[in-house]
Amino acid sequence: MTDAASGRGTRPRVGLFVTCLVDLFRPTVGFAAIALLERSGCTVAVPEVQTCCGQPAYNSGDRADAADLARRVIEAFEPYDYVVAPSGSCAGMIRLHYPELLADDPDWGERARRLAARTYELVSFLVDVRGMTRVDGARLAATVTYHDSCSGLRELGVKEQPRTLLHSVEGLILKELPDAEICCGFGGTFCVKYPEISNRMVADKAAAAASTGAELLLAGDMGCLLNIAGKMKRDGMAVEVRHVAEVLAGMTDGPAIGEGR
Amino acid sequence: MQPTAHAFPENARAALADARLRKALGTMKSGFQGNRAAAIARMPEWEELREEGRRIKDHVLAHLDVYLERFEARVVANGGHVHWARTAAEAREAVLAICRQAGARSVTKGKSMVTEEIGLTPFLEQHGLQTVETDLGEYIIQLRREPPSHIIAPAVHLTRDQVAESFRRAHGGLDPGRPLEEARDLTDEARAVLRRKFLEADVGITGANFLVAETGSTVIVTNEGNGDLTQSLPRVHVVVASLEKVVPTLEDVSTILRLLARSATGQEFTSYTTFSTGPRRPGDPDGPEEFHVVLVDNGRSALLGTESQEVLRCIRCSACINHCPIYAAVGGHAYGWIVPGPIGAALTPGLLGLEEARHLPNASTFCGRCEAVCPMKIPLPKIMRHWREKEHAAALSPTSYRYGLGAWAWLARRPSLYRTGAALAARLLGRLGRDRGRLVRLPFADGWTDWRDLPAPEGKTFFQLYAEGRRPNSPGDVR
Repeated sequence: MTDAASGRGTRPRVGLFVTCLVDLFRPTVGFAAIALLERSGCTVAVPEVQTCCGQPAYNSGDRADAADLARRVIEAFEPYDYVVAPSGSCAGMIRLHYPELLADDPDWGERARRLAARTYELVSFLVDVRGMTRVDGARLAATVTYHDSCSGLRELGVKEQPRTLLHSVEGLILKELPDAEICCGFGGTFCVKYPEISNRMVADKAAAAASTGAELLLAGDMGCLLNIAGKMKRDGMAVEVRHVAEVLAGMTDGPAIGEGR
Repeated sequence: MQPTAHAFPENARAALADARLRKALGTMKSGFQGNRAAAIARMPEWEELREEGRRIKDHVLAHLDVYLERFEARVVANGGHVHWARTAAEAREAVLAICRQAGARSVTKGKSMVTEEIGLTPFLEQHGLQTVETDLGEYIIQLRREPPSHIIAPAVHLTRDQVAESFRRAHGGLDPGRPLEEARDLTDEARAVLRRKFLEADVGITGANFLVAETGSTVIVTNEGNGDLTQSLPRVHVVVASLEKVVPTLEDVSTILRLLARSATGQEFTSYTTFSTGPRRPGDPDGPEEFHVVLVDNGRSALLGTESQEVLRCIRCSACINHCPIYAAVGGHAYGWIVPGPIGAALTPGLLGLEEARHLPNASTFCGRCEAVCPMKIPLPKIMRHWREKEHAAALSPTSYRYGLGAWAWLARRPSLYRTGAALAARLLGRLGRDRGRLVRLPFADGWTDWRDLPAPEGKTFFQLYAEGRRPNSPGDVR
């Protein structure tokens, strides 16, 4: 253990919220999250009953299903000191929207608020809660650019934390993305309900990424990453796409998102 | 104007294919955003001011009846008249009656979104009154018979050459050699035509940014000065304003004014901020002989006490519109009603109903930029989500979408079944796309694959691998 936080007394127990998209598309991100959390001095558990945070239902106006899924997540994660997700979107759902969703429920409202208060997006958890200032041993000789996913940025204040840790990756050069804070056009079901608009937005994002000259684009949310990688590949752009946790954990041996073997 | 909000997807598709619109929107975005950011950076008390603005408007909305009646009493005491209009039709009739009473033949108008909402200009024209918009942008779109595409820059969807074309067509006898390339040429041309109209007008109609309860004043903020000529030269001044524009005091006006121009154009103050308090008094050098205020409800009072009430805090600065990536992609006309962008998406379903406007609150990624820049701290995504809840409850969304969502939620409640489903999906998608790392086409997912590839899953799902005992290498190591 080499990181600053590891010297603290007892090891906090983190329940990892894997997220649907990491589970299905990018398991490496889940294992990278475990590695990083352990290196920050935490014990990591992966509750088996977890599925989805309920955000698709919540944002589609289906409060009943969203509340039902929220109660399941709360129950599954209550035993842990912290809930951490490699996604600003899912962490934001638990942290900000569960208390709103269950506000009128005399029992679950309080439980939602208590869980919300100890739920974090992965990278901001490492920096803000565990006091990480660098990742030792991570090495990647590449020029990268970083997209600020909307929920992480505006709901949870994730902005400097990934940059802080990326600066400590040996060989990595970070070139800022123009309009990094503008949405990529994913938006959950938005991208298939209004595909032409979504396409315009992600085309702008892809062009901005290409304009930096970076070889690799990073972000902290799989939704944005699948969208941006999908557009880059369709248009034959050379920029590769990965989740920021893969780079921070040094797990970049496998193909990037949307790349063949 | 007939709403076309129901056709938002088709409107958006047409807008995305319009190269001139793309050019116009590109110019707009950089100007508004940069100017606002610079103005706010110079103001350390910005967040406190937003909080104060929110407090003032929330207080007003909780006591709207009190302040409106106080405003009315003050207007009457100043020698003016107040007309209460429940609907657009009542508001139009009230204005027409005032014009008829005054024996008016020609009317000038300052920029006003509520008069666009009630369709006032075409109505007055149908009744034989020559009605001229005097704000440059409004004048341009009046010539082109188009609705506004933005609430403070109504002709922002047009390029300069389109404006020049419209002027050459409308202003008979214009020397074909006269240059109309630069913004200044266009302004001079409009000014020459409009100056005559100001002097001829019998009635001047303006909107109001504020109605001040303690003084009975109405306030407009403009940059062109057209509003002042509209309201001070004709014999009769008619103010058309929606109910929620009322604020208690002049002090409140000055608080909100500090938020308004900075949020809108990045100016500290607009060029003109004009207070109108009743008709001309004996000894006044100028001003109208009659002063009327038409108070328009048109669906707003029905929003009080609902989840959408907070939209009534809006001061129409357009910051949310100027920072919205959806608006930047499709422009204002795609929204199919007077107020576009996030505030339109939150407001229009309340005024037109969800059957007409259900697309608007759905056409958002909930990226949250609108709420972040709103000077009145209106929770725009939250209000849009409330409309989606009403849409879901009324089963207005497509059946396939609702069934799909229901099936997914059913599965998500059954973790072991969900695991099996995810593993199957990973295997299937992997088989279809593993070699290339992506899928170019996927049945039932055209919305995705028409425009972008779908990255293939890496292999097995996380939970499969985790159950098989896979772990990252020991702490401190990197793979």
